[in-house]
Amino acid sequence: MSRTLSAPVTVAFDYTRSTGPVLGRFLTGLRDGVVVGGRTSEGRVVVPPPEFDPVTHQQVTDFVEVASTGTVTSWTWVPEPVAGQPFDRPFAFALVTLEGADAPLLHALDVASPDQVSTGMQVRVRWAEERVGAITDIVCFEPVAELDDADAGAAASQPGTDPVTKVITPVALDYLYAASPEESAFYRGLAEGRILGQRCPACGKVYVPPRSACPVDGVATTEEVELSETGTVTTFCIVNVPFLGQRIKPPYVSAYVLLDGADIAVLHLILDIPADEVRMGMRVKAVWKPRDEWGTTIENISHFSPTGDPDADYDTYKHHL
Amino acid sequence: MREVAVVGFAQRQMKEFDGSPTCVELLVPLFEECYEQTGWTRRDVGFWCSGSSDYLAGRSFSFVQAVDAIGVIPPVNESHVEMDLAWAMYEAWLKIQTGEVDTAVVYAFGKSSAGVLRRTLALQLEPYTMTPLWPDTVSLAGLQARAGIDAGLWDERAMAEVANRSLTDAEKNEYAVRKGGSSVEELLARPVYADPLRKHDCAPVTDGAAALVLAAGDRAREVQDRPAWIDGISHYVDPMSMGTRDLTRSPSAARAAQAVGVAGVEVAELHAPFSHQELVLRRELGLADDVVVNPSGGALTSNPMFSAGGIRIGEAARRIWSGEASRTLGHATSGPALQQNLVCTLEGRS
Ligand SMILES: [Zn+2]
Repeated sequence: MSRTLSAPVTVAFDYTRSTGPVLGRFLTGLRDGVVVGGRTSEGRVVVPPPEFDPVTHQQVTDFVEVASTGTVTSWTWVPEPVAGQPFDRPFAFALVTLEGADAPLLHALDVASPDQVSTGMQVRVRWAEERVGAITDIVCFEPVAELDDADAGAAASQPGTDPVTKVITPVALDYLYAASPEESAFYRGLAEGRILGQRCPACGKVYVPPRSACPVDGVATTEEVELSETGTVTTFCIVNVPFLGQRIKPPYVSAYVLLDGADIAVLHLILDIPADEVRMGMRVKAVWKPRDEWGTTIENISHFSPTGDPDADYDTYKHHL
Repeated sequence: MREVAVVGFAQRQMKEFDGSPTCVELLVPLFEECYEQTGWTRRDVGFWCSGSSDYLAGRSFSFVQAVDAIGVIPPVNESHVEMDLAWAMYEAWLKIQTGEVDTAVVYAFGKSSAGVLRRTLALQLEPYTMTPLWPDTVSLAGLQARAGIDAGLWDERAMAEVANRSLTDAEKNEYAVRKGGSSVEELLARPVYADPLRKHDCAPVTDGAAALVLAAGDRAREVQDRPAWIDGISHYVDPMSMGTRDLTRSPSAARAAQAVGVAGVEVAELHAPFSHQELVLRRELGLADDVVVNPSGGALTSNPMFSAGGIRIGEAARRIWSGEASRTLGHATSGPALQQNLVCTLEGRS
């Protein structure tokens, strides 16, 4: 058995960026079906235009329309494409110097096998039908030879009225996320109805969920400690605000519960009591879900519920606030 | 300038780390090794600096949790770079130059296997015209390799020679995840993967962590019989875009080497995650023909993200400590196709 528990996790978000005048000009061109380069102080036409001149460091302001046909100056085969690449089947990435430009542009080249690519071959832009002002308005490059001459030329123009000032780049990354061995022991314990912590050999503090090292002493926590399912509310908040994904109707209480024998509190729900009656020092006990619903998760504990015992003395938990 | 030396080094490199992406459980024994090498406790460390990336870990502020492995009572002087260990070391070296501290431990970690590494790294590219195409690390290196082949600067045989020598040297490296040289002919007979690259031309996905210990002047002499004195350290950056630079060259590596001076270097540990990149670096750094390159096997045999560059400096320092060499060089790279380069020369003094 692996030391650790793991689960797939996807982290996804959209980057929204302002483009500025130089990249904005380039992306506006793509939307309108033309490729725009920038002329540098050395007289080279670079695509995409650099925002600042590499020699003078002045903003690039001299824009030049270049052709949508050009020459492959380098290429590589992509036998196993990754998510988000222009094709989900094998293809080539290529550096293509467009006619009128002095520096190559990186993009995909749509060919079926590496035998169909060579440095020096003539290619041209395949435009997207719907263009929004993004590098993906160019679907890819394609070999010129395969095309009908009559078809050569610019994309159907889609001039927009406004310049492109913003791009949205969606990002989604997939991980196999692993808990540490100590956290894994904690979650495996929960699947057996036990709450496990670990004690620091140096300072004696008991961490739950256990950490891989004591943050105070920088040594591995080693000794396993089984904790009581009874504890004390050290602090809490009443949730009144609805939010996406909320499972309980507000108002309800989210609290730090210091389990008896532990030195760090765990965050959980306090239910079975009106929200406005929850208080610091209140004694609470774990309420477990039915055993057949258990997994390796803290959700095996449905919530904490008041025990009805007298409140804990402030001195017993003041060092854990 | 204060004289500063590398006096400690610990590393772990593995194909797949069965642990958390914050690597705390990997870092604790690394620091123990550093304390053993120096006779220090954590209270003797004046400054800490780490290198890592949240994109590798798949969670935000992952370096904050890694601090658990240091211990923070009393509070520590700590910093972080979203870069390789070598750049964390550069920051620590500067910190020691300010006179504020005399000692530092720098560390780095990364669980490359948690995601799809060559894809994750697309997020370090220019975000408007590159990242949306998700050009993966191997493809970008492939474009570079082809450019050199087409220009007649190297060929597939020269690349295979680099791979074969690295795999052979790695047999002596207990941390290398890929090792065992055979012959150039055998390597060339293997299938092409990302044409023109074969799999052995590309560094293996590697998990791991590493730590380096720095100390100034007498603090260094106290803990090492033969400290690896940092004679020069420099880094430069080339443009990120693939179109505006000559991919067969690495001007930033050349400038960094000129800044530190490479005369007399006997051993060079170069951070070249692709075989042809060693050929580029050898030329740009201006290394003499008799310089021993990557006796550890180098990044082609083990390339833990965010540690591999610093490991080159650690390997270069070890050869000073042992007396095998009196002048060595450690190099680290970052960014697409050798975009950023750091060069550090080390020397032993009798
Ligand atoms: Zn402790």
